[in-house]
Amino acid sequence: MPRWDRVQESFFNRERLVDSFPRLLHAFTLDVKIFLWTTPAILVVALLIAIARNTRSPALFPVRLFVIGYTDVMRGVPVILWIYLVGFGVPGVGLERPFNSPLLWGSVALGMTYSAYVAEVFRAGIESVHESQRAAARSLGLSSWQTMRHVVLPQALRRVVPPLMNDLVSLQKDVALVSLIGPIEILRQAGIDKAKFANFTPYVGAAIIFLLVTIPLTRTTDWLLTRERDRTGASKVR
Amino acid sequence: MTAKLNISNVYKSFGANNVLADVSLKINAGEVVSFIGASGSGKTTLLRCINLLETIDSGAIHLDDLEITTIGRDPNPIRRRIGIVFQSFNLFPHMTVERNITLALTKVLGKSPDEARAAAATLLNRFGLADKTSAYPDRLSGGQQQRVAIARALALNPEVLLLDEITSALDPELVGEVLDVVRELKGSGITLLLATHEMGFAREISDRVCFLADGTVAEQGEPEQMFTTPRDQRTQQFLQRVINAGRMRG
Repeated sequence: MPRWDRVQESFFNRERLVDSFPRLLHAFTLDVKIFLWTTPAILVVALLIAIARNTRSPALFPVRLFVIGYTDVMRGVPVILWIYLVGFGVPGVGLERPFNSPLLWGSVALGMTYSAYVAEVFRAGIESVHESQRAAARSLGLSSWQTMRHVVLPQALRRVVPPLMNDLVSLQKDVALVSLIGPIEILRQAGIDKAKFANFTPYVGAAIIFLLVTIPLTRTTDWLLTRERDRTGASKVR
Repeated sequence: MTAKLNISNVYKSFGANNVLADVSLKINAGEVVSFIGASGSGKTTLLRCINLLETIDSGAIHLDDLEITTIGRDPNPIRRRIGIVFQSFNLFPHMTVERNITLALTKVLGKSPDEARAAAATLLNRFGLADKTSAYPDRLSGGQQQRVAIARALALNPEVLLLDEITSALDPELVGEVLDVVRELKGSGITLLLATHEMGFAREISDRVCFLADGTVAEQGEPEQMFTTPRDQRTQQFLQRVINAGRMRG
């Protein structure tokens, strides 16, 4: 049986934590950057995919077919494989700076996979809006795009905020996978510190930093949702 | 504004279910026509076909001299002329009462926000809903929601208004306030088509009552005749069932 003082020494070493924390925090800014530039791209691409998949015109059948194929392929292969394939592979085909950066293509790989997941979330939201809402909008002479834009999407997006945040929290963590192709972000920095001092406390430090971001993010979402429900909804059942 | 409708030999089926089988009907400008009949007799489907929410299988519907059911015709300009109010209100829950009404005014008719708000205010005043302007639909009673839905449809100034069982989802004590609004509309010259289970109201308000059965107009006539001396056996049986159910005095 390992003794508690051994566990404490290896995982919760105050000295190691104080020493590593500034480096971890600094490395974490790269995670935040990757998150911040991939998220808007993911949301836009995912929304376009979801809307394309929801079109009803027979003429747009090839578009639907394409986006169905895209989501199937992106979701069907592990994220880490895309990161290796795109993040290592694309820069290797002989692109010039700055287009040969693994950081760039690693982010693209993350964006490709996550846009497929998030598109499914948007799609579920769009399909959850009752057909009678579309009927009402169309009966007023709104075009199918206007109906989507003003009636379906606003309701759909409100409904998918929780699963969407779930995916974004997940993305926030998966950003660390980009470390596997080179960039020194928090997970890699923690690995370096761990190796240097043969101590796992830097990993715990990294975990704490992740939690400091993800937990407030989740709580804020809950709060926003409750506020929205109170504003538009009927009174709560006890 | 008002228009006449000419429905000729309309068929509509859902799978093997022939909901409309050869419906023909001429409706005069400004006329008030009620459709009665058992559930599933095609009342709602007929109204939805007129608003082009359903595509007919064959036949034709003309609004004045315009064939609205031509394949490939843009339905949006026609829907501006033919409004519909649904059984379940179908208000937009994420918009205030005012925005529910102004949405189509600004997006479809291209009115300025100020113009649209003024038009909404006029309608809401008319229907006694002025204090609900900035409320969200979920906070309103069913009767209030349905009156907002009627106001929303009327905002586009349609020539024909279709009312699809608009009191069926309401508590009995709320039916009156909605029917009052319809009574007021009758005088305005708009062509009104109602699918309804409110026999007393159909009798009172209609210029003509159509009884639908087996996907077609089985019998039609003036309300007094239809409710007192129906000729078709199916009409007689239907009205007897309604009387037995306590929904109409015999």
